[in-house]
Amino acid sequence: MKDQRFIRENMEAKRRILLLSFVVGVIFAVLVLRLWHLQILNVDDYRSMSENNRLRFVPEAASRGAIMDRNGTVLVSNRPSFSLAVVPQEVKDRDGLLNQLVALLGLDRAELAERWEKGKGRARYYPVVLASNISRDQVEIVEENRLRLPGVEIEMKPVREYSGGILAAHLLGYIGEVSEDELSSKGYEEYNPGDYIGKNGIERSWEKDLHGNDGGRQLEVDARGRVLRTISESYPTVGNSVVLTIDANLQKQAERAFGDQAGAAVAMDVNSGEVLAFVSNPGFDPALFSGKLPADKWKEYLEDKRHPLENKALTGQYPPGSTFKIITALSGLEDGKIDEHTSVVCNGSYDLGTSTFNCWNRHGHGATSLKKALRESCDVYFYQLGEHLGVDAIAATARKFMLGAPLGIGLLHEKGGLIPTAEWKQKRFGKRWFHGETLPVAIGQGYVLMTPIQLASMIATVANEGSVYRPHLVKRIVDSDGKLLKEFKPELLGTTGISADKFRLVKQGLFAVVNEPGGTGAMARLYDVHVAGKTGSSQVVKLRDSKLSTPWQFRDHALFVAFAPYEKPEIAVAVVVEHGEHGGSAAAPIAGRILRAWFDGKKPKKEAPRPKDEEEQADEQGVQQPASASPRNGGGGDD
Amino acid sequence: MIDRRLLTNIDWMLVGLVIVICLLGILNIYSATTPYKVVGSPYYIKQFYWMLFGIFIALLMCSVDYHILEDLSYWLYGLLVVLLLAVLVVGRRSMGATRWLHLGFFNIQPSELMKIVIIITFARYFNNFQVVGGLTVRDVLFPLGILAVPALLIMKQPDLGTAILVILIACSIVVYVGLRWSTVVTFVLVTIPVAWLGWAKLLRPYQKNRILDFLNPERSRLGSGYHIIQSKIAVGSGGVFGKGFIKGTQSQLRFLPEQHTDFAFSVFAEEWGFVGCLVLIVLYMSLVLWGLNIARRCNDRFGGLLAMGVTAMLFWHIVINMGMVIGMFPVVGVPLPFFSYGGTSMITSMVGIGILQNISMRRFMF
Repeated sequence: MKDQRFIRENMEAKRRILLLSFVVGVIFAVLVLRLWHLQILNVDDYRSMSENNRLRFVPEAASRGAIMDRNGTVLVSNRPSFSLAVVPQEVKDRDGLLNQLVALLGLDRAELAERWEKGKGRARYYPVVLASNISRDQVEIVEENRLRLPGVEIEMKPVREYSGGILAAHLLGYIGEVSEDELSSKGYEEYNPGDYIGKNGIERSWEKDLHGNDGGRQLEVDARGRVLRTISESYPTVGNSVVLTIDANLQKQAERAFGDQAGAAVAMDVNSGEVLAFVSNPGFDPALFSGKLPADKWKEYLEDKRHPLENKALTGQYPPGSTFKIITALSGLEDGKIDEHTSVVCNGSYDLGTSTFNCWNRHGHGATSLKKALRESCDVYFYQLGEHLGVDAIAATARKFMLGAPLGIGLLHEKGGLIPTAEWKQKRFGKRWFHGETLPVAIGQGYVLMTPIQLASMIATVANEGSVYRPHLVKRIVDSDGKLLKEFKPELLGTTGISADKFRLVKQGLFAVVNEPGGTGAMARLYDVHVAGKTGSSQVVKLRDSKLSTPWQFRDHALFVAFAPYEKPEIAVAVVVEHGEHGGSAAAPIAGRILRAWFDGKKPKKEAPRPKDEEEQADEQGVQQPASASPRNGGGGDD
Repeated sequence: MIDRRLLTNIDWMLVGLVIVICLLGILNIYSATTPYKVVGSPYYIKQFYWMLFGIFIALLMCSVDYHILEDLSYWLYGLLVVLLLAVLVVGRRSMGATRWLHLGFFNIQPSELMKIVIIITFARYFNNFQVVGGLTVRDVLFPLGILAVPALLIMKQPDLGTAILVILIACSIVVYVGLRWSTVVTFVLVTIPVAWLGWAKLLRPYQKNRILDFLNPERSRLGSGYHIIQSKIAVGSGGVFGKGFIKGTQSQLRFLPEQHTDFAFSVFAEEWGFVGCLVLIVLYMSLVLWGLNIARRCNDRFGGLLAMGVTAMLFWHIVINMGMVIGMFPVVGVPLPFFSYGGTSMITSMVGIGILQNISMRRFMF
């Protein structure tokens, strides 16, 4: 039965295959008919189209919008770049032409010849670029001698010009050819291969505004590829300009203050969250990335131990060290564990169970109040406070400052830092939180991580006594005629809910750090404005005794956070000097210089300040009081 | 593994057709890539290596009795679905449309393999399925589910061309098995609203643009409409005898898009004219008819279904690609088997040929 059925089914299948074969034949016949239609019936039309009426589309990229600082100083713009090209097929006497080009323009003959040969493999009648980035004078000479130089063309395209050189390179970012991955991802549907787009920084985040609308020309070219006429043309529209909150002068001074040290600094308006300076040092030359990056430069950037390509202000996550004592202090005040009169005796170390936690000052600070503990950065005071508070209370206060998550500055890959809690540790490591681990957290070590942006935001919130503003970089968007399109108002992310008098107690301590004898941040002092701040240094590796001979990459990071003026704060600064060892000696002077530059910039330009004297003064003080705020955590949580 | 009796049964017709088409393809790639600036070994050499590798794969495929595929079918299907999911996850992580899965030493494109696996899966399913008087609507619901999972995953990548092919291949097998008229009518009625929904929700803007461009090439002269026009000019200007080898102006001046891959036939048509196209089309038609012949001669149902599926795969690639080049279909990225440059297409097609050969060689064993 079953076999019978199989055979019947099989017979049917075979009949069906004959039918399908017939259908296949018909479909192929349709293809042949269509080819007949194209190639035999309409051959004349298509042949004339291919011979006389060739269409070629020459895209014309829109000029990218400019990027300006808050005062309208142009940081990034475009300039025309001219290149000398030749259509090899139109040149009869190659050597003669090359000789002429060498004689007229002083170009290197061997290089011209080499590029010519390389370009030969391309499509016929396709211009080969012989020399790019030639000067306007050279362009003029070529134009004057047009008739003697058949086949030579001048091509013009806009290229990105960074007026400040490497100024704010990480912030501005660079542009590059759109990648295949980007082309197939969401939001890039409008782009074509070969387009230039922002790859990084502001150029990337504000791509849609900066790019403008590309245009192009539909050209008719003859059978040999020569342009006959323009059939249609759509003009590109220039991209909009981005006006940053950055102050170019402040930025410049801030970068200069770093010298060749690696690190980051963020300066912020405490009452709006506007970022005034955004430094990651060392910088790189963004102009190099727009074209082909020379291999040796690339290698140099990659091999530099200071990582110039890394945006440290945005993605660097550092243990905040003693700067975090601000949070611990506020946490203690808020929970009623301490008040301004609470006194702790520091003998230079603190015992918890079998572990010993050292103060950075092994001789001890003696009887220590909150103000003194902040001024001299006494670790023992905060160990004890931390022990009373517990890690979750500290974390709760940190969260009121919106720490532990990205603040949303508006650049890609912003990091969020880390504020540990008992629950976090359980999830992350599957282990419970040990009491001994809270002590390092209280002084900003252990698991705590913060980005320079967060450090700046934290001190700004202290300065304005409780408001957390979203740090932002863009003030407004204007079109190419300067007409206002979008304006960005300060955005309040939240308030800490901590009362002003508690903030004031901490602020008094921060004032003392900079302005009182024994304070660790004396090197940030200004002669005319009261600065308040906090030093910090964070361990890179655990070393019981750190001497100057420690290899650079193992030395501690130096931190300083500050705001000024003390009485009516307007600017907050956070500085991280990678492997700078001591916040007071490495980071505080940089913060001081940034603040100096800010207040000088506000002065009417009638009298030049005397920055040199000021610096000397600061140096002298630095010598008198070796500022050091490095908590030596001898025990550590896992001992 | 291959005994002598099998060797004497090698299907030389199949081998011959494939190799002739491959060689024509390499010749054409040589011409199409002349205007390219190439670093490393030229495309035609690479294509030659791909052909050799493909033949090796085909030999592997016919060294084992194809009935093993029947046992493996659902495992293969499950594996492929997992791989497609993996591609989506990895792809999302890199913020782009990733079709490739990087296995370190070897990169695979699961959507491409799915073409073969859907054939095997459907062959297995219908082999054990009693059909009396054609499939009813209820009969096709389960296979529809089997098809929908990978098809949607591939569309999500997004790779419209491959998704359409997988669907067409599966539908071909179902049609071959036989449908009742009532089933056909039901499906037409259901497809229309589904297609409308798909247009509104599933298709990416660029995919919609391509379809609109096809319907009205003047719509965008920059996008794919421009490509269709340029391709038609290339084909049409070829005339009866063509412009001659490496003399096609459309291709040598690079008016054509992707002229060594998806639009390779366009180059060929321009340079060899109607006569050349006729030769190539006859070769392809012979290949398809021969594939159907293998299905017809095969004495077991699984083999017949398998041969039928592979043939359908080749057929749809050929028709869609040629139709696109001569302006009968929208531009979807479908290569011409054995003719377009590219290793992925070559390997998939050669796996298919291996299966056909396998079935053809063993036709006397039952």
